[in-house]
Amino acid sequence: MSLNPIFAVTAAGAGQVILNLATVDYVILASYFIFVIAIGWVIRRSMKTSSDFFESGRSLPAWICALGFIGANLGAQEVMGMAASGAKYGIATSHFYWVGAIPAMVFVGLFMMPFYYGSKARSVPEYLKLRFDEKTRTFNALSFAVMTVFSSGISMFALAKLLNAILGWNFDACIIFSSLIVLIYIYSGGLTSAIYNEVLQFFLIVLGFLPLVILGLQDIGGWSGLMHNLDAYSATKGMPGAWSHSWQYMADAKANPIGIEWFGLVAGLGFVLSFGYWCTDFLVIQRAMAAKDMNAARRTPLIAAVPKMMFPALVILPGMLAIALYHKGGTAGIGLPVGADGNPDYNMVVPAMLAKYFPNGMLGIGLTALMASFMSGMAGNVTAFNTVWTYDLYQRWINPDPTDAHLIRVGRVTTVVGLIISACCAYAAAKFNNIMDMLQLVFGFVNAPLFAIFLLGMFWKRATGHGAFFGLLLGTLLAAIFQGCTLPVGETAGLLKGGWLGVHHTFVSSMAQNFWLAIFAFSGCFLGTLFISLATAPNRTDDQLRGLVYSLTEKHKDAHGPWYVRPFPLGITVLGATLVLNIIFW
Amino acid sequence: MQLDIRLPMGLLFLLLGAILLVYGFASNPAIYAAHSLGQNVNLTWGVVFALFGAFMLWLARKKKT
Repeated sequence: MSLNPIFAVTAAGAGQVILNLATVDYVILASYFIFVIAIGWVIRRSMKTSSDFFESGRSLPAWICALGFIGANLGAQEVMGMAASGAKYGIATSHFYWVGAIPAMVFVGLFMMPFYYGSKARSVPEYLKLRFDEKTRTFNALSFAVMTVFSSGISMFALAKLLNAILGWNFDACIIFSSLIVLIYIYSGGLTSAIYNEVLQFFLIVLGFLPLVILGLQDIGGWSGLMHNLDAYSATKGMPGAWSHSWQYMADAKANPIGIEWFGLVAGLGFVLSFGYWCTDFLVIQRAMAAKDMNAARRTPLIAAVPKMMFPALVILPGMLAIALYHKGGTAGIGLPVGADGNPDYNMVVPAMLAKYFPNGMLGIGLTALMASFMSGMAGNVTAFNTVWTYDLYQRWINPDPTDAHLIRVGRVTTVVGLIISACCAYAAAKFNNIMDMLQLVFGFVNAPLFAIFLLGMFWKRATGHGAFFGLLLGTLLAAIFQGCTLPVGETAGLLKGGWLGVHHTFVSSMAQNFWLAIFAFSGCFLGTLFISLATAPNRTDDQLRGLVYSLTEKHKDAHGPWYVRPFPLGITVLGATLVLNIIFW
Repeated sequence: MQLDIRLPMGLLFLLLGAILLVYGFASNPAIYAAHSLGQNVNLTWGVVFALFGAFMLWLARKKKT
């Protein structure tokens, strides 16, 4: 589950933006779908072993894995959610990239990939089994499996609801059509198919959204025109200047639209949540583990970090442009509908921008890019789900000694089952919004502390299986208690918003509550694992831990060659460039 | 031997570029006045898409030989 700030289940497609398609747009959409299916069909022939199906045979070059890594994360909820945040928070939304992504991506490439890739584990839960024990693995595998089908269902729901709202397409038909397309290409080509489509979708989004940004900038009067209008807009919101600076207003949570102060931001988002997602979520790690060798696996997140740091220009800027245009010309200027609370409907930023700036032709491209990213969001989850189910649950608990051909069959059947469950989730989301929000909340509790056991597991050889498992439970419990004791300002206490154990602290925003919850859960899990490990006997010998723990693993030597093929210089360059971006937009 | 992704990618972008170009020539200029500040974005971005596609095909071919 990505660190998406706003794009909520309940929100998709509420507005009155209508796109009028012409024949040419349908031709463009159809061409894309034909290619997607054809790629799956061609790759089908090279699916010989279960490793081909689940791990792309560990054979892909670094640049493909990197674009898959970033493409799997660049789902449509990200594209639409970040544009929505760009409108709601301005440049400060870039914190989700320059603080909440790049440092963690560099860390996983430099320090953690040697253990994931080097251990020969086939999944993240399997690494936990090698490092800790079976119960920690199963706990992680189960929660991850449920989370992935649920996320894929959410993508499906959001896609169907959006297309229903802006194009008037039938909701059921959208669900069936999108599941069928994803089913066909994953069923035939497994992980490779998914990654190839993520690469396609990456370029479609980049080339499809660039004209939107360029036209928007021309319209508002260039960068200075944008800043001028944003400053005027932020003044009406009582926070003059806050939309055009990323750090300047971060000293006080009340002075910026996100409603968080710098420490909560850096520790909560930049450390706990971001490292928890980029360094442990099998959905992204799986892309790096498909690389052809250790060097390629380590460079996967580092190469991915380069486009990632540029993405604010592509996904946040449209939102900033939309709100600036909205300020300049009102609803007539941009066609952004007004929500029930009197604010513009931020979730409709992308459709509104598409409707305003894209004539038929480019409109087909924009829509194709959007649909592609919804589907690759689904496909990413489905491939991670079928791998974890097959290796970590089926092979462990149901059939420990399957033939290789049997594993591929299980993977394919799991793909079908996973998509059916996803479709059920999509309908559940359509019927009971609260249940979905509740599930998302519970996953938040399970995920928040997770990074602590990986950190201790990889860098402290004394960490034990009991320590990790009970530390994780403790962290999850703390997260739930923390949520029960706190409430964002202006909300009423309840299961969903918090405060059900009595309101002992109020936060300026629900984002702040979320970040601080993560800090507490992580600290609880970290300390719990530490003390329980010291109190229990080690369950792995040094020999068993070789290749799994930093102090017992031979240091991986950087390849020879120019700086960009060596992980360390590449990682440092990426971090340096990110620092410069933070300073420029300070 | 696995499929080189640059091959289908190049073909797709070349095709999309061609569709945009043809439509850019054939379409009524009024749609550009209504949407894209009077610029025929289908023509300009058709060229960009086609060039990108051709570049991908060239890379795939270069690797093969």
